[in-house]
Amino acid sequence: MAIDLIDKMETMTGAKALMTAMEKEGVKQVFGIPGGANLPMYDEFARCNIRHILARHEQSAAHMADGFGRVSRKPGVCFATSGPGATNILTGLATAQADSSPMVAVTGQVPVAMIGKDAFQESDIIGMSNPVVKYAFQPRKANEVPEAVRKGFYIARTGRPGPVLIDIPKDVQQNEAEMEFPDEFKIQGYHPWTDPDIVACERAVDMLLNSERPIILAGGGTIISSAFAELQSIAETLMLPVVTTFKGKGAFPENHPLSLGPIGMHGHAEANKMMTEADCVLAIGTRFSDRSIGTFEAFEKRLKIIHMDIDPAEIGKNQTAQIAVIGDVKASLRIMIKLLLQRSIKKTEESTWIKHVKETKAYWKENLKIHSGEMGAAKILRKLRELLPIESIITTEVGQHQMWASLFYDVIQPGTFFSSTGLGTMGWGFPASIGAKVARPDVPVVDIAGDGSFSMTENSLATAVLEDIPVIVFILNNFSLGMVAQWQRTFYDKRMIGVDQQHCPDYVKLAESYGAQGIRAQSMDELDKAIKTALSSDVATVIDIPIDPLEDVLPFVAPGTSLADMVLPS
Amino acid sequence: MWAIISILVENKTGVLFKITNLFRARNFNIDSISVGVTENPDYSRMTITTNTDEKQIAQIVKQLDKMIDTVDVKQLDEHKTVYRELCLFMIKLSNANDSMELNKIANAYGGKVHDVQKKSLMIELTATPHQIQAFEELIKPFGIIDVARTGVAALQRSGS
Repeated sequence: MAIDLIDKMETMTGAKALMTAMEKEGVKQVFGIPGGANLPMYDEFARCNIRHILARHEQSAAHMADGFGRVSRKPGVCFATSGPGATNILTGLATAQADSSPMVAVTGQVPVAMIGKDAFQESDIIGMSNPVVKYAFQPRKANEVPEAVRKGFYIARTGRPGPVLIDIPKDVQQNEAEMEFPDEFKIQGYHPWTDPDIVACERAVDMLLNSERPIILAGGGTIISSAFAELQSIAETLMLPVVTTFKGKGAFPENHPLSLGPIGMHGHAEANKMMTEADCVLAIGTRFSDRSIGTFEAFEKRLKIIHMDIDPAEIGKNQTAQIAVIGDVKASLRIMIKLLLQRSIKKTEESTWIKHVKETKAYWKENLKIHSGEMGAAKILRKLRELLPIESIITTEVGQHQMWASLFYDVIQPGTFFSSTGLGTMGWGFPASIGAKVARPDVPVVDIAGDGSFSMTENSLATAVLEDIPVIVFILNNFSLGMVAQWQRTFYDKRMIGVDQQHCPDYVKLAESYGAQGIRAQSMDELDKAIKTALSSDVATVIDIPIDPLEDVLPFVAPGTSLADMVLPS
Repeated sequence: MWAIISILVENKTGVLFKITNLFRARNFNIDSISVGVTENPDYSRMTITTNTDEKQIAQIVKQLDKMIDTVDVKQLDEHKTVYRELCLFMIKLSNANDSMELNKIANAYGGKVHDVQKKSLMIELTATPHQIQAFEELIKPFGIIDVARTGVAALQRSGS
């Protein structure tokens, strides 16, 4: 590592150096919980300008940092103590890793001399976290702290973002040392940027122009790279229909005539249909997850693949691409747009394909059967969409409500929808919404929730209330672990085991006991009022919406089958 | 397909763990692994041999390359590479002729005989894994008591 520029040296403790280095990175707040092994760094909150936001479980602190990171595109920071504090953030790290979210987790560790002695609250978090972090540091000397922070933030936010762990033994926090805060540094084995591949871009354009039924599949990478304008430009220039993965939901305005919505296990009928009819796909920033494309073999057999991704390891992992465009998708798309401009290509006449796409879309908009009751999921989520300003940010929990949100809540402003899509972490949405609201206090933030998922991190209500972070929790309450129940009804001959949550707890009373606002909405009128009340309140609000426990999420592509095998509501 | 993958890594605590953990987590197989510091003490070289299909070998190389602690990762072309493994065999001596026979076999393979005892002897052999396997077949009838292998070390020829 070559340090080219060095600020003047200063003597301070490792803990002070940590906070100073984080201030230099622009950190404004930390989500966390103190404990024995991170007390020295906690003591520094008294002497710095970083706000501490107290969580009630370290997993939630990690999800808050994750939510902050996804919305602000800057690493969110969480603190936890050693041992159980550190193991509690593992789910948060794995969630951030699975969804490429920038995050820095700082854990306390037992003193260096105690490491390996099975000390009180010792856990080998470096070993345990290895498969679920982008990188991990364990400074063994106080003067190694600034460099770990500098590199950690750099690694977390650059290239394909991800979580970084900095595990700091207690004595390293306490010891004083001469500190250098490097401005410039080099990490030899880390190459987050590659120049866009112009030749590959040119071949991609040619392949799209020479295909009869081309389609765009926009993944989460499109959102991380904020390539919204570029995506829209290339779709409109070539008149290409756009489907997204679930993680890519909202990369493209879902009210756009070319938008078909997400594909996948619970994708939109028109999106799955058109995906299976296409002969060429421009796949942007996606890893072709099984939940998106069904069986790998069936998918790649049908069509030619142009795969754009910043991570070279994604090329050829799940799908064999005919053309690979490695690099930041925003930069690569810009080159493709420039090439089209140079060749004065701008489609104005609708092809047979695009006419067919539009007809299919219109058909399913009319004909997709939804729950007939007043309080069916589709009606509830369309009501929410109607009343929320378009700039509102949505997070979701994990389960049926999440898939209904994917199906029935249209994202109009790109980059306003966030969900635990890769790891599928129940309990993610609510703490993530708190992080999101901290990043964007100026817009409404709503956690679309189910009762099962919300109950996993519901004690974050304390954080929302005490730290004055007024988010809205929107519970589609079917009194059960609904998605599991649906699978038991579908695949296990209706033997319902371990899915009944009954009416416990009462979410209105629960919210009130934390000092939040609790509203129950049992009709469309009540729902209308509840949403409006929540939007005009300056306190966190839980809206409890009882729904039919037997409502299934449809369409459905069963695991291990292909998109062509989609089951539709009858 | 058998492949030799050469990985130059930063010489730090925990890097070997991270590499082997990657193989485990991604369901890749390791046939052999050897690790040693290079002429520059900042780096170690790991040589991993694996047996899998071409597509997975490409994935292994990419996933290793993505790791921050790896500086250089490449699959070596075995025809342009010198690759050797060191192996120690402890072999049973049952008959009067065994020792002489084993000496002959060892000589034919360029092996070295160590620690000749009444009931056993040890042979050191440096060869390719293929040659070692052939050698092992030859000595098996005598009775192998113990084996220790280093894993393959490999360097590409500079002319290639």
